[in-house]
Amino acid sequence: MFKDLFNKKRKYATIPSENSKRDNIPEGLMNKCSKCGTIQFNKELEKNLKVCSGCGYHFRLNAKERFQITLDEGRLFEFDSEMISEDPLEFPGYKEKIKKHQEKTGSKDAVITGEGTIGGFPVVVAGMSFEFFGGSMGSVVGEKVTRAIETAMNKNYPLIIFSTSGGARMEESILSLMQMAKTSAALKKFSDQGGLYISIITDPTFGGVPASFAMLGDYIIAEPGAAFGFTGRRVIEQTIRQNLPETFQTAEFNLKHGQLDKVVSRDQMRSTLIKLLDLHLTKEESDYGE
Amino acid sequence: MANELPFEKPLIELRAKIEEIRKFGIEKEIDIAEEINRLEQRYADLEVEIYSNLSASQKMQIARHPMRPTTLDYIQHIFEDFIELHGDRSYGDDLAIVGGIAKLNGIPVTIVGHQKGKDTKDNIARNFGMPHPEGFRKGLRIMNQANKFKRPIITFIDTPGAYPGGAAEERGQAEAIAKNLLEMAGFRVPIICIVIGEGGSGGALALGVGNRVLMLENAIYSVSSPEAAASILYKDASKSLLAAESMKITANYIQDFGVADDIIPEPKGGAHQNVKEQAENIKDTILRHLEQLNGLDEFEIKEDRYKKFRGIGSFTTLENVF
Repeated sequence: MFKDLFNKKRKYATIPSENSKRDNIPEGLMNKCSKCGTIQFNKELEKNLKVCSGCGYHFRLNAKERFQITLDEGRLFEFDSEMISEDPLEFPGYKEKIKKHQEKTGSKDAVITGEGTIGGFPVVVAGMSFEFFGGSMGSVVGEKVTRAIETAMNKNYPLIIFSTSGGARMEESILSLMQMAKTSAALKKFSDQGGLYISIITDPTFGGVPASFAMLGDYIIAEPGAAFGFTGRRVIEQTIRQNLPETFQTAEFNLKHGQLDKVVSRDQMRSTLIKLLDLHLTKEESDYGE
Repeated sequence: MANELPFEKPLIELRAKIEEIRKFGIEKEIDIAEEINRLEQRYADLEVEIYSNLSASQKMQIARHPMRPTTLDYIQHIFEDFIELHGDRSYGDDLAIVGGIAKLNGIPVTIVGHQKGKDTKDNIARNFGMPHPEGFRKGLRIMNQANKFKRPIITFIDTPGAYPGGAAEERGQAEAIAKNLLEMAGFRVPIICIVIGEGGSGGALALGVGNRVLMLENAIYSVSSPEAAASILYKDASKSLLAAESMKITANYIQDFGVADDIIPEPKGGAHQNVKEQAENIKDTILRHLEQLNGLDEFEIKEDRYKKFRGIGSFTTLENVF
């Protein structure tokens, strides 16, 4: 198989499941769904990929949990794990906030990048965590995503990014803004080279991330109910006092308005990705034989 | 002077006093030339003192001055034979962004810019310079044309941000901005971007991926408008002045961060004091930078732009710390 060409020997680190347990869910044995009120055992919820058995609400996952249910055996060879933010603007309180989030989440910043395999297909992946600083994009997120794109480009691997973000990181102002240009420019190169990029949008994704890499996928897929857009609902309601429909900016709303290829539930995500990867590598393989 | 800003009050008062004394001297037929000279000198000193020590929030007020020259003002003064082009060919013609083709010292160029209104009526038509997706798409359409016909692209940036509205979201505000960033990165022609007033958020950057990013002396550039930043950072939009200072939005800082390549000086008191002089400064600077890019081939033009944005950011790895 062509894909076997990619199976180089690598030191993989297995992400222990203990790490990622209950990060978004209150401590204890039971959990109550914030959407429908269904009470369920945490163990059951975990088994159900953190999707409510009552209403199908998709609880938020951090990057580690995401990789665990997406990558083969949850194994990721992580890139740039030690990259941390500086405080370029000497913004009051920024260093302390970063430290607080690092301690709270055990992560260095709002994105984890690396490579692994999905259904045997090698991929470069990036996963964002909303729990770290609201998933905000500053220099570290921009740089790590750009390096991931470049690695995918150099190795000719498909790229998959799971986005979630509250927006750009205010504390790095102009530098945060420029990460949008940096990531998009890298994606342009990747795309011109024929690289495959699948963007998965999860709840919530707003501001600079969708206004750059999250909306630039060859395929754009969202989880059910995931809210995404440029400006969030609350800001729109406050600034222009507009009445917005209940479903505004949900994945289903965005699908209806042509902003998405597909809404895919969490239990179908891995198999959908495998199908997509297979469709593309098959083509590549036949080109290769010529 | 019409539309003076609060920090210009001492100047206005001194000017009024000078005029009063001058009038008094003429009426009473007294020789007060010496006194007038002394006061004029003081006025000049005060002017230097005030305008050379502007804070971020004072510059923000100049950048947002109601008389501040707009993209169309500069087009009129800098270029010849401008033909405005309209529409995104898919939804509408967003007047918050203008664009077209013209000549710059005889060279055909494409121009795109945000357009704020000149008065209330105009501002409503132009949505205060806040584009909808169709505005960004119109800009992209016109820039694509430049790429096809190998014309340099000049963009003028002046917006509080992309419009925050329901319809804008439905039509893909985020996608429209993202697509502009992606496509601008790949153009084979030189792109010169000039922040002439407010550079607010992704709405500004959507016209800002250039080989050169230039800023007028009093222009500002930030990740979001200081008001929006204040409501996020301090949960209080009225703390915008504090946000403006903390976010380091002025041209000098933007240059230090490696984003702005050059700062274009403004006449004393700001661009609105002398539009013609300002336009000439801008024109000279554009020509100088186009000249620098002249020797590069299509591939090098793209690489030059890629390198500029690739290098922006501030981070470290823990290995470096210990």
